[in-house]
Amino acid sequence: MEDIEHIEKEMKLINSDGRRLDGRSFDELRPIRIEAGVLRRADGSAYIEWGGNKVLAAVYGPREAHPRHLQDPARALVQCRYNMAPFSVSDRKRPGPDRRSVEISKVISEAFSSVVFKEQFPRTSVDIFIEVLQADAGTRCAGLTAASVALADAGVPMRDLVTSCASGKIDDVVCLDLNKDEDNFGDADCPMAIVPRTGDVVLLQMDGHLTYDEFQKAMGLSIDATKRIYEMQRDALRRRYSVTLEDILKEAPPAAAPVEPEPEQPPEDDFGPEGI
Amino acid sequence: MSEEIVSELMRAHVYRLASTGQRVDGRRLDEPRKVSVARTFVKTAEGSARVKLGNTDVLVGIKMSVGEPYPDTPNTGVLSTSVELIPMASPTFEAGPPRPDAIELARVVDRGIRESKMVNMERLCITPKEKVWILFIDIHVLDYDGNLFDACSYGAVAALSSTIAPAKGQGLGDDFPLPVEHWPVSVTTAKIKDLLLVDPSLDEERMADARLTVTTDENGDIRAMQKGLSGSFTYEEVKRIIETAQRVGRDIRPLLQSS
Repeated sequence: MEDIEHIEKEMKLINSDGRRLDGRSFDELRPIRIEAGVLRRADGSAYIEWGGNKVLAAVYGPREAHPRHLQDPARALVQCRYNMAPFSVSDRKRPGPDRRSVEISKVISEAFSSVVFKEQFPRTSVDIFIEVLQADAGTRCAGLTAASVALADAGVPMRDLVTSCASGKIDDVVCLDLNKDEDNFGDADCPMAIVPRTGDVVLLQMDGHLTYDEFQKAMGLSIDATKRIYEMQRDALRRRYSVTLEDILKEAPPAAAPVEPEPEQPPEDDFGPEGI
Repeated sequence: MSEEIVSELMRAHVYRLASTGQRVDGRRLDEPRKVSVARTFVKTAEGSARVKLGNTDVLVGIKMSVGEPYPDTPNTGVLSTSVELIPMASPTFEAGPPRPDAIELARVVDRGIRESKMVNMERLCITPKEKVWILFIDIHVLDYDGNLFDACSYGAVAALSSTIAPAKGQGLGDDFPLPVEHWPVSVTTAKIKDLLLVDPSLDEERMADARLTVTTDENGDIRAMQKGLSGSFTYEEVKRIIETAQRVGRDIRPLLQSS
């Protein structure tokens, strides 16, 4: 036990040259990759890899709200379920919702509630499902960012996409997008979500210790990063829905091919570009 | 699992096609869908596999920990299988504690692995009566497009075969791959009126009268079976289904063995 405390005290999260354990600078994001439309049954879906996080999001609806007494005759409900797979963390997590997931589900539902045009779909619910397949700190931001793309993929009318990112403090330095070790051994973490077009903050949480100055620095870093992430979200949707000349040529049968009645094949690439 | 309604039009179409030996997606009646396997998908797990059977998509993660054996089997490790039918995978799945269909599914997958002795559980004993490895197979269904029995079973087998036991972290010597000794393959057949269809798609499954899952090992021996739904099979049909399961099993086994 003493050993561990000793190590914790000695552990340096930021090198002398200002680099973090994974080589990033204080204002650098981990690599992010977003794919839209990855599931067949869901009305809309998206997959995100954000550093060591792997998160799937799916959207159903607007569909009839169940149980019926929850229905709102004036508008749609926006309901989110955030869930972690038992194997997504190093010590197996017992299946089912715990207090943490219930809280995260609630704040994410509320974040989306303010952008969805709920009045257009009375008595319905828009159900958002976020499944964390592999966790590496920042899962709620990754989940929210992916769910936003999934909502757009489902064609749910919204004021804008919602984009999320966190900043925190490690070794007394305010840093963007903490990874697992930095989150465990750092001093503060502050996830937020914003509507990029209007600048409305729709999710804000903080734990740890930040001075007012540091908080402003953290928000500055996050707001700046959400601009970059917003572009990645839009790009994922563009890749899903834009049709290029190449696609059209690919679909045309080669002229010399023998005519053979071929059964409909599923797309060659079953797991996406990098084998999701 | 099957509360969605299939239209009369689809019902008639599927049956009419099947009675001429064809299926909506172009397969023969005894032909399974394409199986794709992606191993070590989740790095936080000791082993994992994402398996697609047609458009049915499951992710299986294996976690291992050290615990006490059951009193009646003091010399063997513990195997625990659970399936989550998360609401992401289908409009008919709901959040909450596992319902009977999820429990049946998990138990049938578990049975195939346990009864075939795929993993030598005796070698997962550390100290008899005190300390053994506990093996958790957690199956996450991501996209439900029919025949979860086979998809989940393939995912579990592929994930187990890629699992490395974290012995070093427990101070129990070097990490080691699981002692995998047999290769069970589950093949499910659905019966629609008088016709038998291997690896039913979602529509076929929803209109099926009966279902039989047969798990065979590399010798073609039967290791587990489960009949489901309210219809029935003749003995002749059961024999035909087992023969098909042996043949289809032979084709699918190499896909689960190699990465």
